[in-house]
Amino acid sequence: MKYQAKNMFLGVAFFSAFLAGCASTDTDGSGQEGADSVSTYTESTDSMNDSYNTDDMANLETVFYFEFDQATLTVKARQALDAQIARLKKTTGPVRLEGHADERGTREYNIALGERRAISVADYMAINGIPRYRIETVSYGEERPVAFGQSESTYSQNRRVELK
Amino acid sequence: MLIRIITALIFLSVSSLSMAELTIQVNKGKDDPVPIAIVPFGWQSGLTVAEDIASIVESDLHRSGQFAPLSRSDMLGRPRNATEVYYRDWKSLGVDYVVVGTLSQEVTGTITANYELLDVNTQRVILTGKESVSIDKPRYLAHTVSDKIYEKLTNIRGAFRTQLLYVSAVREGGNRTRFRLLKSDIDGANESVLFDSREPIMAPTWSPDGQKIAYVSFESTRPAIYIQDLRTNARTQLTSFRGLNGAPAFSPDGAKMAMVLSKDGSPDIYVMDLASGDLQRVTNHFAIDTEPAWMPDGKSIVFTSDRGGKPQIYKVNVSSGSVERVTFEGDYNARARVLADGLGLVMVHRDSGNFHIAVMDLKRNRVEILTTTNLDESPSVAPNASMLLYATQYDGKGVLAAVSIDGGVRYRLPSRFGDVREPAWSPFLQ
Repeated sequence: MKYQAKNMFLGVAFFSAFLAGCASTDTDGSGQEGADSVSTYTESTDSMNDSYNTDDMANLETVFYFEFDQATLTVKARQALDAQIARLKKTTGPVRLEGHADERGTREYNIALGERRAISVADYMAINGIPRYRIETVSYGEERPVAFGQSESTYSQNRRVELK
Repeated sequence: MLIRIITALIFLSVSSLSMAELTIQVNKGKDDPVPIAIVPFGWQSGLTVAEDIASIVESDLHRSGQFAPLSRSDMLGRPRNATEVYYRDWKSLGVDYVVVGTLSQEVTGTITANYELLDVNTQRVILTGKESVSIDKPRYLAHTVSDKIYEKLTNIRGAFRTQLLYVSAVREGGNRTRFRLLKSDIDGANESVLFDSREPIMAPTWSPDGQKIAYVSFESTRPAIYIQDLRTNARTQLTSFRGLNGAPAFSPDGAKMAMVLSKDGSPDIYVMDLASGDLQRVTNHFAIDTEPAWMPDGKSIVFTSDRGGKPQIYKVNVSSGSVERVTFEGDYNARARVLADGLGLVMVHRDSGNFHIAVMDLKRNRVEILTTTNLDESPSVAPNASMLLYATQYDGKGVLAAVSIDGGVRYRLPSRFGDVREPAWSPFLQ
């Protein structure tokens, strides 16, 4: 029991040190380094459920993440999207893409940024064979965060496009 | 009986919570505020007034940062008119001005304040005033007295009878959030809910006559601009174009609405004629153009654009469409609001990675940072340009704060619950 607790403590300490490492690289809030280290972080956690089955929606990623002030798709986001596109090609229903931003910057600018992100996902889907008329985009900017607080890990969770 | 008392207590605490979402704390004052004593007003026997008028006047003047009201416990007497004032007493307390007054009921259903402002150094009455209001508006009476005293001593029109709009977001279990559009007096009192929704509410703004407001609501699961009449509360949907429908701004004459639409591609500034519904595209650029604010002459609009790579403030002539860049200092300037005289603007300015509120002198092209906290946004200027409200974060929550246009005075209006943001200071409402 004692041993277990110690182990858990070590795990937590390691995890926080890891998070702190991620956060500390982003020094000025616009640094590319900060965003890069976060994608490393998501990659390492995502690799645990890499073994998804394309026929099973439950195992597919429906949230695509972006770097700070960017609307271009990351390699990771493109991979997740490819799997979704493969699934969507077998269906005919409407696709709603909701763009979001982290809280840094003004609300109206973030609404525009969220729209850019949603459109960049929509464009990628359209290029890869999903008909435009099926796709609806809407931006919520920073109005609907999923994570709260002022750390890079919070911000990176909020910079996203959700497939509904 | 006991149950009834408990029920009454519960009701009281619930209603006071919902009524007072904002409370004022002055956290930084001016270095040399004018010492003034607001003596508790006397009253006609038999008259009951629900509010302490002198205390509201005191709070108004204190909040302006330009006055240091004397504490009541330090007062040596409680004169009710000039003839009862011993100037020597006040001089010994270091007070420059004294306000005395009485409340009476001259007409049923109304309340009247007779008051005098005295200059301790010259030993003269410099202002004699009489104001009457309906008995249920004692706070308005107090703010009127504050305005008159402020005007007399500063030569600036008082803005204590103005109001503010703001948005609150309260997280309720799960991922549900309750959004409310709220209106209150400028001191946070008399708060009322104008609209509430499970979907985001954004960008509240006033019509120049203060009788209507416009805002963005996502109630249809897409953004749309609404106009709401404050007298009838009737709402009309103004736009619901494909894409963004955002940042509404009434023109200075109230006849047009500037807005951001992305129906033709990237976000651009448009102007709609409110009578005809005719829409004019004012900017046309593949960058993000957003956050329009009218110049006082109604001929041009300042807006934010990242057409140069980073967000900066630009100005567009509404009829010719010609664009010029306004801000050059710093790599992030956004969401400008123009001062009433058109000589300056306030905006969000990033400095060393932190977002602050800054004021820019348009004649000298000088930028001055007014706030010291991070994540400061949504500046909104008082109609007399003495102060501005903005949104910031405190203790992990969105709060509203105010700062004087010279940066000398700051106070916070924390909310009792939820996050509050996007304050919009009304025009003069009289």
